Amino acid sequence: MRYIKGKVFESLCLAATVIALLLLAMLLWDAWDKGAGWLSIKFLDSFPSRFPEQAGIKSALWGSIWLMLLTALIAIPLGVGAAIYLEEYAGRNKFTKIIEINISNLAGVPSIVYGILGLALFVRGMALGRSVLAGALTMALLILPIIIISSQEAIRAVPSSIREASYALGATKWQTIKHHVLPAALPGILTGNILALSRAMGEAAPLIMIGALTFIAFTPESPFDPFTALPIQIFNWASRPKVEFQYLAAAGILVLLGLLIAMNAAAIIIRNKYQRYIKW
Amino acid sequence: MVTAIQTNSLSTWYGSKQALENVSMGIEENKITAIIGPSGCGKSTFIRCLNRMNDLIENFRTEGEILIFGKEINKEDPVELRKNVGMVFQKPNPFPKSIYENVAYGPKIHGINENKLDIIVEESLKKAALWDEVKDRLNDNALELSGGQQQRLCIARALAVKPEIILFDEPCSALDPISTSKIEDLMLELKKEYTLVIVTHNMQQAARVSDHTAYFLYGKLIEFGETNQIFKKPKEKSTEDYIIGRFG
Amino acid sequence: MQRIREFAIEKALFLCALVSILTTLGIVLVLIFETLSFFEEVPILDFLTGTTWAPTYRPQHFGVLPLINGTLMIAVGAAVIAIPLGIASAIYLSEYASAKVRQTVKPVLEILAGIPTVVYGYFAISFITPLLREIVPDANIFNAASASIVVGIMILPMVSSLSEDAMRSVPRALREGAYALGSTKFEVSTKIVVPAALSGILASFILAISRALGETMAVTLAAGATPKMTLDFFESIQTMTAYIVQGSMGDTPHGSIEYKTIFAVGMVLFVMTLVMNIASMWIKERYREVYS
Repeated sequence: MRYIKGKVFESLCLAATVIALLLLAMLLWDAWDKGAGWLSIKFLDSFPSRFPEQAGIKSALWGSIWLMLLTALIAIPLGVGAAIYLEEYAGRNKFTKIIEINISNLAGVPSIVYGILGLALFVRGMALGRSVLAGALTMALLILPIIIISSQEAIRAVPSSIREASYALGATKWQTIKHHVLPAALPGILTGNILALSRAMGEAAPLIMIGALTFIAFTPESPFDPFTALPIQIFNWASRPKVEFQYLAAAGILVLLGLLIAMNAAAIIIRNKYQRYIKW
Repeated sequence: MVTAIQTNSLSTWYGSKQALENVSMGIEENKITAIIGPSGCGKSTFIRCLNRMNDLIENFRTEGEILIFGKEINKEDPVELRKNVGMVFQKPNPFPKSIYENVAYGPKIHGINENKLDIIVEESLKKAALWDEVKDRLNDNALELSGGQQQRLCIARALAVKPEIILFDEPCSALDPISTSKIEDLMLELKKEYTLVIVTHNMQQAARVSDHTAYFLYGKLIEFGETNQIFKKPKEKSTEDYIIGRFG
Repeated sequence: MQRIREFAIEKALFLCALVSILTTLGIVLVLIFETLSFFEEVPILDFLTGTTWAPTYRPQHFGVLPLINGTLMIAVGAAVIAIPLGIASAIYLSEYASAKVRQTVKPVLEILAGIPTVVYGYFAISFITPLLREIVPDANIFNAASASIVVGIMILPMVSSLSEDAMRSVPRALREGAYALGSTKFEVSTKIVVPAALSGILASFILAISRALGETMAVTLAAGATPKMTLDFFESIQTMTAYIVQGSMGDTPHGSIEYKTIFAVGMVLFVMTLVMNIASMWIKERYREVYS
């Protein structure tokens, strides 16, 4: 009897896991089924239009790329810098603990609240308007906690014996960090950064808040230009009743997922490549 | 007879816990001085004071003087000090870089010209009795070397910055007997040019290589003298008990 | 010279760390400022206890309860899906699955977590809603159930992954002790491992629910834009997040009362998720099992 109970329980747990995997498969299949037919080079190279047959994802694609590059430029130095400070310089005191709790909390704040901040601070306060720059600043703040936390973990994993060896030779703190700690932590930091950026690529809510949801039929040429992004365009199409737009949305989703897969694959490749050099 | 290192009433604390109490001792130049004692007696703490590695620990505090060749080191720049006082650690810790880069790192950050590095690397590896084994693979990853080779690499690395004093913190405790004896031979060679201080829990090793021995217990220096005398005719009972093996 | 450089570098890095504090300050100040301004025009009691939310209609009503109702419905519905499935799959992966299975399945589950929320929203309206309407013909084309289901799928990996980590960190020695007494795997999992990992598991629940509270795109696409007090999952509703999106999509003039509602609702949302995040941290600290 106990045995049967155990087997039933195990089957239930297995079923749960399988259901979760099945749901993922259904989601991907649905997007593929509806959208694959609308994927084409023309789709990638056209601007959105009232006419579904002519509509394309060009402005959203390039907008997303611009946004990602700018966000990376802002968030990565700030995030990794903060992580270095917290792990290598800051003492184990109350102030440090407060900063770390704060970062933990920020990681859990809904993305739309970052959008509200971005609207008030960057779009209005700094008068940047609905520009890529305002979007990038907002996204940078959103992913900053993720970058800091993952970079901290990577830095912490570097054995202290390496640091001691460096100090014993008369190296300064920064020399030790620059020549030994950072290179060793680099795979972890890179992976964390790429994952954070791929999260930013999929976010729409903050961008809607700062006003990116407009009809944009051009690609940005400067950080101060207005823009649109892949998730925004998908949202736009998905909210239209005409069924062709639903298919366009699915096609857009495939492009977005494709990009995300590429980014995550890059992260995994980088991590594996560098892992060979570092063997404690 | 020059005193390379002189400590006067050195006391240290980790937070509120005292680790060393009133240690006064003089270490002679071009000799090997061994520091022995049971676990927790403060020998590692003591040796790490000499190159101010303890500064890296939060809440660490010292009182008293440490003079190296007459200069009080707590007033000096620790970076300069560590150029002059090198350290080899218990577990070999080469950088995850090539053999060449390991040895070249020290001179490089102290501003030595790039073209002089090759000579320095070769010299240091020769002095560490490692050159013949690695001269054809200087660009290989240092972590591919055996434990004993890695430790000799760490010694070469320390030698490359041309210190006057080298500190060894239980350098052979992670090594097999053959590597251990190679390193002991190396130390006997090195003392011609350098002053060596070695912490060891292996008394036979202390007896084999050192000229002077200091015996620590519970943070205090119990006895200090010529190695022969310490091991054959210790003055303090506690020293005798430890050496005979009544405790430890 | 080198001293100065070291000092400058340290200070620069400190400023980087400071940005995180500034971000929190920024969020708090922006929300407080506009919310206080909002409460100058709308009495706080009306806001917190009113059951009609109609800021853009005349007469205007500013009761936030319908929005909170909608948000909670989604969170509860999502929890109903994510928590059982998440815990069960965590138990399976942690206690039953072979290392090989775990190594393959766990990253795949992580993919669920990495899918953008707008994709979930699309899945809701393109697949789930039609399916739902076949089973329940009365269901509105925008309904809470559809959104709940996809948000549940979205947060499932959080529950699963964090719970599994918590269970895996229960030392083998504890399990072995129970096996040695003749327990079955089922008994060890449910009576030893889960209770030992409870703080981590509970923390994962709370974090997942907090995430559901803040979810925006799926609910905006699938759940509707009609704030109301209801418990019917097949009706359309509106969540706080969906309202904030709606508020910023229209041409609300800066400084108008409609503009300020965005911040007031944002404040409620921020406080709710903050409380939950702190609760989850507290639970982890307080009930953290000391194993040895």
